[in-house]
Amino acid sequence: MDRLQELQSLFWQGAWETIYIVGFALVLGGLGGLLLGVSLYVTRRGGILANAPVSFVLNIVVNFFRPIPFVIFIAAAQPAARAVMGTGIGNKAIIFALVIAASFGISRIVEQNLVSVPPGVLEAARSTGAGRVRIIRTVLIPEALGPLILGFTFAFVAIVDMSAVAGVVGGGGLGNFALVYGYAQYNPTATWAAVIVIVVIVQLGQFAGNALARKALRR
Amino acid sequence: MALVELRDVSKVFPSSRRGAPPVNAVTGVDLDIHAGEIVGIVGYSGAGKSTLVRLINALEPVTSGTITVDGTEITSLKERELQKVRLGIGMIFQQFNLFTSRTVYGNIAYPLQVAGVPHREQHARIVELLTFVGLGDKAHVHPEQLSGGQKQRVGIARALATSPRILLADEATSALDPQTTHEVLGLLKRVNEELGITIVVITHEMEVIKAIAHKVVVMEQGRIVEQGPVFDIFANPAEPATRRFVSTLIDDVPEGHTLESLRARHPGRFITVSFRDSSVSQSQVFAEIISRGVEFELVYGGIEDIQGDSFGHLTLALRGEDIAIKEAVAAVTARVETREVA
Repeated sequence: MDRLQELQSLFWQGAWETIYIVGFALVLGGLGGLLLGVSLYVTRRGGILANAPVSFVLNIVVNFFRPIPFVIFIAAAQPAARAVMGTGIGNKAIIFALVIAASFGISRIVEQNLVSVPPGVLEAARSTGAGRVRIIRTVLIPEALGPLILGFTFAFVAIVDMSAVAGVVGGGGLGNFALVYGYAQYNPTATWAAVIVIVVIVQLGQFAGNALARKALRR
Repeated sequence: MALVELRDVSKVFPSSRRGAPPVNAVTGVDLDIHAGEIVGIVGYSGAGKSTLVRLINALEPVTSGTITVDGTEITSLKERELQKVRLGIGMIFQQFNLFTSRTVYGNIAYPLQVAGVPHREQHARIVELLTFVGLGDKAHVHPEQLSGGQKQRVGIARALATSPRILLADEATSALDPQTTHEVLGLLKRVNEELGITIVVITHEMEVIKAIAHKVVVMEQGRIVEQGPVFDIFANPAEPATRRFVSTLIDDVPEGHTLESLRARHPGRFITVSFRDSSVSQSQVFAEIISRGVEFELVYGGIEDIQGDSFGHLTLALRGEDIAIKEAVAAVTARVETREVA
C-alpha cells in the first residue's frame, strides 16, 4: 500500500512537471517562434522588409536546427544549457532545449500562416502612412490570428510529445514517470495512467486552441 | 502648378527569374494632375497603370524621373517622410483590402490611429464618414458581413479618414456588378464635388471614364499614348489603343461579321455619319437625305451623352436613284463627317 501511495505522489508530481515544462516551452518558444517566423516572412522577397541576405541566413539557421531529433538535440544543447541556465541536467535543462527547439519549429508554422494574409491588406495599411513595425503589430499578426492560434495549438501538442523524453538529462514529467515506473518496472498500469493524463492534457489544449481560434475567426 | 506632377517617370522591376529580362512597367511618363480634377487612367492589364498609381503615393519607388505631390518632391524622400505624404493621399482597391480582424469602425479608425488623432476626435470623424458613405448602421459589423458595394464604401471612408487631398482608386469598381458600380461611382463623384478631393481612377472600363472622369489618360505598354479632356478623346480618338477603348462603349463603323449580317438584311449603300458636337443636329442631316427622295434606314451605331455633349456614329443604308444618293451623301458630308462603309 505504501508503495502505491508513493507511486501516486510521484505520478502527480510528474503531471505537474509536464504542465510547467510544457507551459514554459510554449510561452517562451511561442514568443521566439513568433519573432523568428515574422522575421522569416517580412524578409522574404517582396516582403515589407525584404532583405535577401538576412532571409538567407535565417533560413539556413532554421533549417539547420529543425531536423535534429529532439532526443539528440537535448544532449547537443547541454553545454549551452549549462551556460544559460547554470545547469545541463534536470527540468531547467529540458525547458531550455524545448524553448530553442520549439522556437525553430513554431517559426515555420508562423511563416506559413502569415503567407495567407493577402498582400493587398498590407498595402492598404502602407497607403495610410503606417510604418512597417506598426503594420506587423497592428495588421499582419491580427489578420493571421485565427490560423496562428491553430498553429500554436499544433505546436503545443508537439511540445507535449517532445517533453516526454526529459528523462534523458534527468528531467521529470509524465513521460519520465511512464518510462521509469511503468516500462522499466513492468508496470503497465503506471504507463497507462501516464498515457491517459497526457491525452487529457492534449485534449484540453486542443479544445482551448480551437475555441480561441473560432473566436478570432468569428466562425 | 499642378497638384501632382510626373516628369519623365520610369519604373523598372528586376526580373523575377534569373536570366529573364527586367520588366519596364512604366516608361517616360509626363503627367499633370490638377487640383479638383477626376483623372481616369485607362489601359489593358499590364499597361502599367497600377504601377503608375503606386508611384504617386510611393508604395513603389521610381526608377528614374521625378514626382511632385502638392509641391513636395517625393522621389527623394526617405520612408519616414513618405509616411507623412501618404497621410495626404487616400487609396482604394479592387479587392477592397479591408482589415478582416477589425469592424467597419475599426477599419476607418486605422488611418486616424496612424495619424495620431486623439480618441474623441476619431469618433466624431468616423461617425461623419459613416454617414457620408451611407453606412451609419454598419459601424460594428465585420467586413465579411458586407456586400461588395458596402465593402468599397468602407474602403472609401477609410481612405478619406485623414482628409487627404488626393484619392487613388485602383480598379475600384472592377469587382462589382453594374448596379453597384454605378452607386460607387456616384459616391466618388460626390467625394470630388462635395469634398473637392482630386481623384485618380484606374480602370479598364470606358464606362467608368465616361461616368465620372474629366480627363482621360490612355496607357499602353507602360507609356501614355494619348491624354485629353474626356469628350475630345471620345469624339476624336487619335491612337489605335484609344479607338479600341472608345469602341467598347460606342459602336462606330460596322466590321466583319456584323457588317456581313447587316448587308444580308439591308440592301443599299452604307455610310457612317459621325456626330461630334452639337452644332449639327440629326434632323438637319436626315432632311438632306429625304429631300432628295432617298430612302434610308438606320442599321447600326448609337448616340452617347458624354458629360452633357452628344456624340456618336450612325450607319445608314441608303436606297434610291444612284445620282440622288450621290447628291445626298455630298450634302451630308458638307455638314458632318461621313465614311463610306466598304
